[in-house]
This record gives sequence, structure tokens and C-alpha cells, in this order.
Amino acid sequence: MTDLLARALFQAGLVLLAPPLLLGIVNRVKALFAGRKGPPLWQAYLDLAKLLRKGAVYSRTTTWVFRAGPVVGLAAVACAGLMLPVGGQPALLAFPGDFILFAYLLGLARFFTALAALDTGSSFEGMGAAREVTFASMAEPALFLALIVLARATGSLSLSGMLGPGLTGAWSAAAPALLLALIGLFVVTLAENARIPVDDPNTHLELTMIHEVMVLDHSGPDLAFILYGAAMKLFLFGAVVVGLVQRSGTAGPWASRAWFLLGVAGFAVLVGVVESVMARLRLTRVPQMLVGASVLSVFALVLLLR
Amino acid sequence: MALTLAAVAVGLVSASGVPGMVLPGRPRLGQLLSCAALCAGAALGIGAAVSALAGGTALNVHHPWPVPLGSLALRLDGLSAIFLLPILAVPALGSVYGLGYWPQHVLGGRAARLQLLYGLVTGSMALVTLADNALLFLFAWEVMAVSSFLLVLTEQEKPGVSRAAFAFLAATHVGTFALFALFSWAGNARHSFDFAQWQGLPAAGATGVWCLALLLAGFGLKSGLAPLHFWLPGAHAAAPSHVSALMSGVLLKTGIYGLLRFTGLFDAPPVGWGMTVLVLGAVSAVLGVVLALAQHDLKRLLAYHSVENIGIIAMGVGLALLGRARAEPALVLLGFSGAALHVVNHSLFKSLLFLGAGSVQHATGTRDLEHLGGLGARMPFTSLLFLVGAAAISGLPPLNGFASEWLVALGALHSMDRPRGDVVGFAVLAAPALALVGGLAAACFAKVQGTVFLGNPRSEHAAGAHESPTAMLLPMAALALACAAIGLAPSLLLPPLARAAAAWAGLPPSALAGPAAEAGRSATLVSGAALALLLAAAALWLFRRRRLPGPMPTAETWGCGYASPTARMQYTASSFAASLVRGFGWAVRSRVRLSPPRGLFPAQASFATEVADPVLDGVLLPAAGAGERWLVRLRAAYPGRIQFHAVLILLTLVATLVWSLLL
Repeated sequence: MTDLLARALFQAGLVLLAPPLLLGIVNRVKALFAGRKGPPLWQAYLDLAKLLRKGAVYSRTTTWVFRAGPVVGLAAVACAGLMLPVGGQPALLAFPGDFILFAYLLGLARFFTALAALDTGSSFEGMGAAREVTFASMAEPALFLALIVLARATGSLSLSGMLGPGLTGAWSAAAPALLLALIGLFVVTLAENARIPVDDPNTHLELTMIHEVMVLDHSGPDLAFILYGAAMKLFLFGAVVVGLVQRSGTAGPWASRAWFLLGVAGFAVLVGVVESVMARLRLTRVPQMLVGASVLSVFALVLLLR
Repeated sequence: MALTLAAVAVGLVSASGVPGMVLPGRPRLGQLLSCAALCAGAALGIGAAVSALAGGTALNVHHPWPVPLGSLALRLDGLSAIFLLPILAVPALGSVYGLGYWPQHVLGGRAARLQLLYGLVTGSMALVTLADNALLFLFAWEVMAVSSFLLVLTEQEKPGVSRAAFAFLAATHVGTFALFALFSWAGNARHSFDFAQWQGLPAAGATGVWCLALLLAGFGLKSGLAPLHFWLPGAHAAAPSHVSALMSGVLLKTGIYGLLRFTGLFDAPPVGWGMTVLVLGAVSAVLGVVLALAQHDLKRLLAYHSVENIGIIAMGVGLALLGRARAEPALVLLGFSGAALHVVNHSLFKSLLFLGAGSVQHATGTRDLEHLGGLGARMPFTSLLFLVGAAAISGLPPLNGFASEWLVALGALHSMDRPRGDVVGFAVLAAPALALVGGLAAACFAKVQGTVFLGNPRSEHAAGAHESPTAMLLPMAALALACAAIGLAPSLLLPPLARAAAAWAGLPPSALAGPAAEAGRSATLVSGAALALLLAAAALWLFRRRRLPGPMPTAETWGCGYASPTARMQYTASSFAASLVRGFGWAVRSRVRLSPPRGLFPAQASFATEVADPVLDGVLLPAAGAGERWLVRLRAAYPGRIQFHAVLILLTLVATLVWSLLL
């Protein structure tokens, strides 16, 4: 019982509190690469607190859909967090096929963000929404394929099982396939979270943005919800990537939790490094990259099924 | 008892259009009586279906019928009951919608005729699901085809309608022809035309291949499975919207019913059957949604989404067939219940969307996406209800589309439970295909909802739109509620679905009890997550309300500093979908008509695109044109005298005689 309580508190606390820190680490790494000092690690928390205290300005074109977009987006991402195994422990909500719900909840968040963007009647935001749904529809099969490789390798159909104790055996039995799936998963992570080389979160030209341009008209608490939701989504993907490389069950639960936290920080550093050393791809190249990620996972699947 | 109720329902529903016909002087009363009769009949039939689903045993009656080889044999089992529910519910709601959308006191005799055919097609669809004799089945099938053909022709004075109706009639009769062949083979093999005698037909070997081909031709044409979907978009777009709702929502499902019913009669279908149906389903799903993305006529777009959803259903059927071939109960259960639940779900959200499209057309007079926009502020209820349908068809939780797509995807994942090297393991690729289809459908419905209901109106028609009357809103609200209810509690539906799946696969109900219990547990947790989602959204909404009390300041949309944007600056539906459509250029050919601006002071310029159907415009029409040219040449050599006919007949007779003597 205390174990369950500890798991619940750790998972909920981590999913709710850790995400903004991830952004801080990424930005600090980028600053170091650029030779700057950079904002403090907890800058994102301060930004969120400030936005929550502010009022909001709304476009005259918008309806309730614009106001509902950030709310549904954040609620859906937080709900997906219920199915996320953290620290090598099973998630609060784990059942066969839960990763389908996980992916579709993220889809729900994206659908409402795109609708809110279209509600403004702005061509920039329409363009961003079009790009977001285009790339997402290619990223989703790639995500499914990578997770199916995991499912086949570990013999479990739930995220908690895929990233659970069975993984250690799977790495020794099918390392090449898992490595391919890991690469595919990392590419999907960068694409889904609007990071370089797909999208630049710091860009300042509306014509070239994807995710950021969709939320141009949001302000105040609405914008806080969106930023927080985006950080949470990055954390969810990061936790899956880290769970895939972490060897669990060797030490006690708290040791593996500590390793997990270190791993997530390392993931944020990796994202920061990628952003610092790579340029953005041309928009027409992005689908090719995502199809490439799918192909890697299909190779992995063939390795496991033939 | 339940079967008698169902038979009474069929009669009442079929005759429900009569009051409108016999009371031409009192059109309002006539239409109201017709609608009431249809709803009453539907209620009776739904009661019968629910009790059959709850009871779990099949009910039969068998009466002699003076038609040669025929008998009045009816059967109500789980499979029929599942299909009977939407087949009766959707037309009942559609006829209520018709009170506002197609009023008899305005349109006169034409509306009365439509009502008569509406009841007739509903009754014949119900009879198709109940018939237990090949001749009775074909009779109902034919009544259904002809009355729906006449329904498509309702507005025959409009351009393109009679062509679409003719394509539908031709396609449906080619399908019926395939069924004739299949039924005569089975009837001769078993010396009876009662389906009860056909149980356990052999599916192995070359006979099996032929049977599968005939099944797919007959029922694939009816259900619009790609590449046999070519008649569908035209016919569904040409009909009035509540007829489109009936056709896209439930009429297509009779093809799926046929596929399930007759694959259920065959013994142990080989792996090839399941794989073929699965691959066709995946092709249909991807092709349907890609073609839908490229459309800018709202109703054609929705019609192509039916091709997509029929594909998803076929994927479920294919998985269930694979489960039977490999004796994997989990695969049978998940594939069958995913397909059956998606049949019900698709009929709910697709008819909701078609009724919404009808309301849009009613309010603005156009269904071209490029002329719409901003209707959310003018038609708030229609907009909300359409949004529910759009989210449901995109398979987003917590609505019903997710529940059934989740079951099918889970079935695909269970196909991995096979040892290495088994080809069935590769059926797992259906899951990423579903993810691709789901992502593309969400993209397409973001485009539809965004360009129709959000932003600024793109034309005066859209700017002057008005909310629909209550008679049109109520049926849509009922459908939206049903979508939400099934999405929130899918686990309640699994036990009856499992019983029907066991009966279909010829297994004892206990064989599927284990997988059904496991799927039920997972489905309960899905409901839990859906509930958590709703609670979280409500809490965040309240928090936001606390943070932002009172009216907030408003301004123009951000346009990089440009302060007077117009509606023409918005992103259009075509540009929204352009990069996806270009990515699928191998499937979608756009015809572009462009007259570019020329000279220093360009006066006129225009740009229009039109998406050709790859099967109808790419293959069938060119082939038909070539055939026609060849026949014209043949006619030149034909003297056109009756004696020549007689000689031809004689020669044919002699040729067949020689053929039969030689064999």
C-alpha cells in the first residue's frame, strides 16, 4: 500500500513539477554552446507564474473554441501522463494497449490546438496548424512502430510493461532491433515536440514557424497552459526514451528512480546539444526524416518477426 | 416474441411513407404521421434487437413461400441485432431531421415520394439483416438498391445527379450479379437456399478463392471498399443530406453485414482470406482519407471518409478471420468486436456529420469549403455538434471512434502473439496503418471544422447564415450524445459483442470469455482515463475562469502588425491540405485549371483544382470509352436486319451444343 502511494506521488509529482525544469536545462546547454551565461534553470517556472497572473487579450474573430484549445490541450497531455512509467516502476494506469490511448490523447491536444489556431482567421496560424497536423500524421505511425518493436521484444502491450523489468532481457536478446527503435523514437520526440531540426522554438519569423506560430494570439493564462503543456509533452517523450535505455530492477526502487531523474536530465542535455550543433531542416525535408524513422522501426520489426 | 416484433417493425417502417402519400392536402400532418410511424417502427425493432443481444440466443422462424426455392425464413441473432440497431435508429432520426430540412408543405409531392422511399429503404435494410433465405435476402437487397437509387435521383434536375445515380445503379447490380453466382453455387452444393443449411461451407482450395472473390465483389461494391468505392462519393454527395446520412451511415453497412454473415457460414477460412480482407481494408482506409483530404466539397469529403471507415471495419473483419484461421480467440474477439462496434460508431458520427453538412447547406446554400467560414458564431449549436462528430470520426478520446479503433488496433497487436516466421505476425502492421489513418483523419477534420465553422466568413452566403430549426438540431444532439455515451463506457458493450463473435466464429461462448474479460478490464480503464480527462479539463476551465473574470479586452488578430485583415487573407482549405495531398501524389491527381494574370494591368485571373477519383476517372471511364469506340466499330459491320439476329441466335445455340457435347 505504501509502495502504491509512493509510486502515485512520485509519478504525479514528477509529471506535474519536473517539465519546466527540462526547458531550463535545454536552454542552459544552448547558452553554454553559444558562449552565453543563459537564464537560470528555473526560468520557465517564473515565466509560467508571471503569465498566470496576467490578463488576456482576445482576437475579435475568435469563439469559445479558441479559449477551449489550451484547456483541452493541457488536460489531454496531463492525462497521457497517467500512463507514463517513471523510474522503472509501473504507471498508475497500465493496461494492454494503453500506449494507443497515450498517443491519441496527444492527438486530441494537437487537434484542439490546431482548431484554436484556425479560429483566429490568421493565415500565419492556419499555416502553422497545417504544418503541425501534416508532420504529426507522419510522426504518429513512426511512434507506433517504435513502440510495437518494444512490445514484441518485451512481450507486453502496455507502456509500463514495455519499459519494465522485461526490458533488460530484451536488450540482451534483441539489441539491434531495440537500438533502431530507439533512434526512431528519438526522431519522433524531436518532431512531436517542435525541436530542431524540425522546428525552432526560438524562431522569430512567423513564416517559418510550426508550433509557435499556432499560438501567436494566445496570451496570459492561456499561453501559460500551452507552454506548460508543451514542456509536459517533452517530459513524457523524454521519460519514454530514458525508460528504454535504463536498466531497471538491479537496485531498489529509489535507486532506479534516482537514475531515472539523472537520465531525464541527460536527455534534456542531449536535446540541447542537438539544437546547438544542428541547423533546421527545410520544411519539405521533415516528412522524409519521419518516414526514415518509420523505416528504421519497420526494419527492427522485421528482425523480430521473421 | 422479439422476432415477431422485428417483423412488425419491418412492415411498419416500410409502409411509413404512406400517410404522406394519401394526405396530399394536409402535407404537415402527412409528414408528421409518416415520421411518427417510422420512429415507432424503429423503436419496436430496436427493442427486439436489444432483447436479442441481451438474451444471446438466435431466434428463427420458417414459413413456406410460393416463390420457387424461396422460404420466409427469418433469423435474429447477435450479428443481425448489432446491425439492426443503427439501421433503424439512423433513419428514424433522419426523418425527424427531414421535418425541418425537407418539409412536405413546401416541397409537395417530391417530399412525400422521398419519405415513401426513405421508409422503404429502411425496411428493406432491416429485412436484409433478418433474412435467412437466399431468395428473401436477394429480394430485400434489390428493393434496397432500387429504392436508394431513386432516393439519389431526388434532385435529378441538378447537374451530375443522374450520372452519379446511374454509376450507383450499375455498380450495385454488378455486385448483385456476383451474389447470384455465389448463392447458386452454395445452393446447389447444399440443395437448399436456406442459410441455415449452408453452415460449414468449405473455404479451402480453389473453390475458396472463387468464393472470396465473389464475396468481395458483391459485398465490397455495396460497402464501397477500395478500389470498388468509385460510385460512392458521387452518389452520396448528390442525394439530399438526410438521405446521404442514411446511405453513408447505414446503407454501406449492409455490405459489411453480408461479408460477416457469409464468412461466418464458411468453415475455417484460410489465412489468405483474412490477409486479403485486412490488406484491402488498409488500402481502403488510407486511400479514402487521402482522397478526402483533397476534396473541397463538404459532402464529397464526408463520402470519402466513409471509404476510410469501411476500410477500418474491414481491417477488423480481416483480423477476426485471421484469428479463426489460427484459432486465436483473442484475435477473433478483438477483430470482430472492433469491426462491429465501428459499424455502430461510424453510423452514428457519419450521419451526425452529414446532417451537419445539410444544416450548413441549408443555412448558406453552398457546400464548397472555400466559400464557408465563421459559421461557429452564427450557428453555435450546429458547430458544437459537428465538432463532436469531427472529433469522434478522427478517433479521438473520449468519444466512440476511439473505442472501436482501439479495439481493432489492439487486435492487430495481438496478432504478434505468434511464433517467429508466421506470416500472421505481420498483421501487426495494421496498427501503424491505423495510426496513419487516424492522424490524417484528424488533419482532414481540423481542416473541415476550421474552414467551415471557425475564422471569418469567406462569402456573403456564409456571413448571412442562421441557426437551424429545432427539428434539425434535436436528431443531431441525439447522435452526439450516443457518440459520447459509447465513448465513455465501451466496456458495457463487450459482453454482447463477445457472444456475437463466438456465434460468428462457431465457437462456444466460453471460448471467448477470457479475452473478453481482459478486454473489458482494459476498456474500463480507458473509461477511467476518459473521465479523468473530462475532470481535468473542467478543473482547468474553472481555474481559467477564476484567473480571467469578466470580459477581457479584444483586438484584431495578429497579422505581423497589419491592422485590417480581410477574410480573403485566411488560409484556405486547399492550402491547408496541400502539402499532405502533394505527399500522396501517387494516389491523388489534381486537375488544375489556371488562367494566370498577364500584362501590366491584369484584368482576369482564375485558378481552380479538381480531384479526379483514381478508379472512376483514372481506370473505369477510360476503359469504358475504349470499349465504346470498339463497339461503334462493330456496329459499322452490322446490317441491322432481324434475320441477322435470328442467324446469330442459331449460331450461338449450335456453338453451345457443340461445347456441351465436347465436354
